[in-house]
Amino acid sequence: MEPPPPPPTGIPREAWEGCSVLLDINDGDRLAFSRLTPAATVKIGNRTCSLKPLVGRPFGTLFRVGADGLVPCTTADAPSRDDSMQDGVDGQVQDETRDNRSLVDNNTAQNLSSDDIETMKRDGATGDEIVEALIANSSTFGKKTVFSQEKYKLKKQKKYAPKVLLRRPSTRSICETYFKKSPSRIGFMRVDTLSLLLSMANIGAYSDVLVVDMVGGLIAGAVAERLGGTGYVCSTYLGSAPSSIDIIRMYNLSSDTVSRIVQVPLSDLCSMESSENTPSVLNGAAEREVVEPEDAQASLAQAVDVAVSDEKAQLSTEQPTDMEVSEPSLEVQDANSSLDCRGGDGSFASKSKPGKRPSPEKMKYWKEHGFSSVIVAAPDHEVESLVADLLPLLSYSAPFAIYHQHLEPLAKCMHTLQVSKRAIGLQLSEPWLREYQVLPSRTHPHMQMNAFGGYILSGTRIQNEQSSHQ
Amino acid sequence: MMVPLDPADKLTSQRRIAEGDTVVVYERHDSMRAVAVRAGGVLQNRFGVFRHDDWIGRPFGSKVFGTGGGGGRDGGGKGGGKAGGGFVHLLAPTPELWTLVLSHRTQILYIADISLVVAYLELVPGCVVLESGTGSGSLTTSLARAVAPHGRVHTFDFHEQRAASAREDFERNGLSSLITVSVRDIQGEGFPDAHRAAADAVFLDLPQPWLAIPSVGLMLKQDGILCSFSPCIEQVQRACEAMRSCFTDIRTFEILLRTYEVRDGALNSGAANKEATVGSLPQKRRKFTAPGENADTAQKNSSVMVRPCSTARGHTGYLTFARLRVSDSQTES
Repeated sequence: MEPPPPPPTGIPREAWEGCSVLLDINDGDRLAFSRLTPAATVKIGNRTCSLKPLVGRPFGTLFRVGADGLVPCTTADAPSRDDSMQDGVDGQVQDETRDNRSLVDNNTAQNLSSDDIETMKRDGATGDEIVEALIANSSTFGKKTVFSQEKYKLKKQKKYAPKVLLRRPSTRSICETYFKKSPSRIGFMRVDTLSLLLSMANIGAYSDVLVVDMVGGLIAGAVAERLGGTGYVCSTYLGSAPSSIDIIRMYNLSSDTVSRIVQVPLSDLCSMESSENTPSVLNGAAEREVVEPEDAQASLAQAVDVAVSDEKAQLSTEQPTDMEVSEPSLEVQDANSSLDCRGGDGSFASKSKPGKRPSPEKMKYWKEHGFSSVIVAAPDHEVESLVADLLPLLSYSAPFAIYHQHLEPLAKCMHTLQVSKRAIGLQLSEPWLREYQVLPSRTHPHMQMNAFGGYILSGTRIQNEQSSHQ
Repeated sequence: MMVPLDPADKLTSQRRIAEGDTVVVYERHDSMRAVAVRAGGVLQNRFGVFRHDDWIGRPFGSKVFGTGGGGGRDGGGKGGGKAGGGFVHLLAPTPELWTLVLSHRTQILYIADISLVVAYLELVPGCVVLESGTGSGSLTTSLARAVAPHGRVHTFDFHEQRAASAREDFERNGLSSLITVSVRDIQGEGFPDAHRAAADAVFLDLPQPWLAIPSVGLMLKQDGILCSFSPCIEQVQRACEAMRSCFTDIRTFEILLRTYEVRDGALNSGAANKEATVGSLPQKRRKFTAPGENADTAQKNSSVMVRPCSTARGHTGYLTFARLRVSDSQTES
C-alpha cells in the first residue's frame, strides 16, 4: 500500500502499512523500532502480539493487551501516570502525614500468590482488575504514603496491564532511542548535540549539505528530514566503500527526499576532474549498493549484539531499558529485496534508493557554487586533515559543525584553523542536558543523568586572501 | 536572504553582495553587527572607516579593509591597503548570527535552547507553528527556517511596539511571507479560533503559561507538540499541572553549553629556560616561538592545550515539552 499523500503540513499523522514506527512500551521502559508489515509482531511479557491493529491509527495512540491482541485504550481504561495523583480542590496536595517507619520489607505483605493470579488470568480478569486485586490484598498498602501508593500501583500496572504507545519516528526519538541502548552505534551523540549540529550548520530548505556520516545514517536522515524534499544531502565517505547509513530507513522519508540523499567518495569530490570515469565508477557504485543489504543485515545483527553487551556493561538504572534495533522480520525482508520491504513500503521504491551517486551535472554545480554547509560526524576518526579537505568544498561564508567524541582532535583542529585564518567564529562546545521530574511535592532533577554527549567544533568558512600566509 | 524561499535565493560562492543586502559584519568573535548595505553607506568602528561601496560586488565571507582607524594608512581604491587599515569580515546572515546581533528588546533565547526546541517540536518544512510571546524574534527566526518554504509561524505578543519592531525585523530579513505577527494577549484570550486544530506545534514563553494551556489544547493537531519555556521552577510546576488533563509525555529539561578555549604551547617544565613559558592568555594568531628556541624545537613543542572557558551561562530557563493526547473519537475505528 502506498503511503498516504503527504499532507500540506508535511507530517503524516496516522500509521500506514509498511511504515516505520517506534513502539514505546510501558512509558519508556522498552523501545522498539518496527515496520508495519502484515507479519510484524511485538513481544509483550510472554505474549506475541500482531502489529496489524496499529495500521491506520493515529500516531500517539496508546494500546493495551486485550484477549485477542493489541486494542486501543479508551478513557474507560485505567488512567495513566499523568492523571493519577489528582490534587485537592484548591490545587494543593494534602500534606502527607504517613511515613515508612513501621514498614518492613520481608515479602509477606501480599496475600495473593502467583497461582491465584494465574487463576484470575485464566478466568478472564483484565490486567487492571488484577492490579486492583493486588492492592486490595496488600496488608501494607494502606500504610504507605500517597506517593508510595502511586509508585506501587504504576509498577503493578506495568507488569499486569502493559501499554504500548505508537510513536512516529523523528530525529529526536530515533536519536534518543539509539542513545539509550546502542550509543556506540551513533558515536555517543546525544539528542541535544544532534540538535545543535543541525542549527549550527544552518540546515534548512534548499540547502546542499555535505555530510560525513559515520554514525549509521543518523545525520544524513536528520538533515534530509529538515530539508523536506528540497536541496541535497551529499554523504561523502573516505576510502572506497561507504559506511552504512541504514538508520535512514527509520525516518519514513518520502521517495523524493530519499532520492536526494546521494553518496560519493571524498576523493571524487576533491578532484572533480575524475568525472570522465563516471561509467566505471557507477558500476562500482551499483555493486556497492547490492552489497549493502548484506552489509545492512550484518550491521543490524552487530547492532543487536551491541545492544546486548551494552545492557550488561551498563549500570543498573531506575528504569531498565532494552531496545531492539530491528525486529527479526525486518532483517529477513531486507535480505530478499535489498532495501524494499515486502509489505509494500512506498518510501523505498526501488527507483529511489538512498545512496546513489550524484550526477556529473550536480557535481559540477557543487564544484562551482560550493556546499551550503558541512556536518562531520566521524567520532573515531582523525579530524584535522579531513576538515582541511572539506573546507574548500564549502561556499564562502558557509557554516560548518564538526562532532567528535574526543576533545583533543577538535582542539587541535580549532587551533590550526585559527592560525591559518580559513575560518572565523570558531567555537568549541560541549552541551549539557539535564531532565527533571516535575510532580506535586516531588519536583527534582532525575536521579540518573547522562554526563557526556560529545563535543562540537563550529565556525564559518571565509574567503582566503589571495596571498595567504600558510 | 536569511532563509531562502526559492532555490535561487540560497547562498553560494557565486553570490555577490548587492545593495540592499544585509551583511553581518564580524569584527571579533564577540563583536558583530548587522548592516544593511547601501550605496554611499559608511560603517565606522574601532577598526576604521568602511565604505559600503567597497563591499558591493564582493562575495560573502570576504575580508575587507577600512581606512584610517588601526593602521592610519590611507588605502585608496577598492578594499583599501593591505597593511595598516583595520579589517572586518562580511558574513551572510543566518538565524544563528541573527540571534547574536539582533537588538534586545526583551531577554532572548540562545542557540542551545533554540536548537533543542526546534528538534523536540519535530518541525519540518511545511509545519504550522504558533508562538507567544514574540519578544525580540530570536526564536521566531529559527522557527521560520525550520518550516520554510511552505510552512508558517504565527507569533503573538501583547506589546504593540515590540510586535511592530519584530515585524520590521522580519521584513528586513525577508521573512514576512513565513511569519505573521499579531498583537494579542494569549494568556487572557487564548489563541485565535482561526488556528483551531491547525497547528503542528505551539511554543509558549509567557509569565503564566498555565492560563494559555487549555487554548493550546484546541489549537494543536492530534499528537501535536507543546513547548513551554519558563525561568522559574514554580512556573514549570503550575504549567505541568495544567497540562496533565490533555497532554501526555510531559518532559522538562535544562540545556546549557560549556565552551572551551585553546592555546598553543607546552607547559612550563619548571627547569631553566624560563623564556619558554607561555603567557596565561590564549594566543590565537601567533605561532609560538619563544626567543632562544629554534624552529625545530618550536615544532616539537607545538602541542595544543585546551580547557573550559571560565565564564558560562548558568541558567536560561526550563523547557517543558508535551504531546496532545489522542482522543477517543480518533482511536475508535
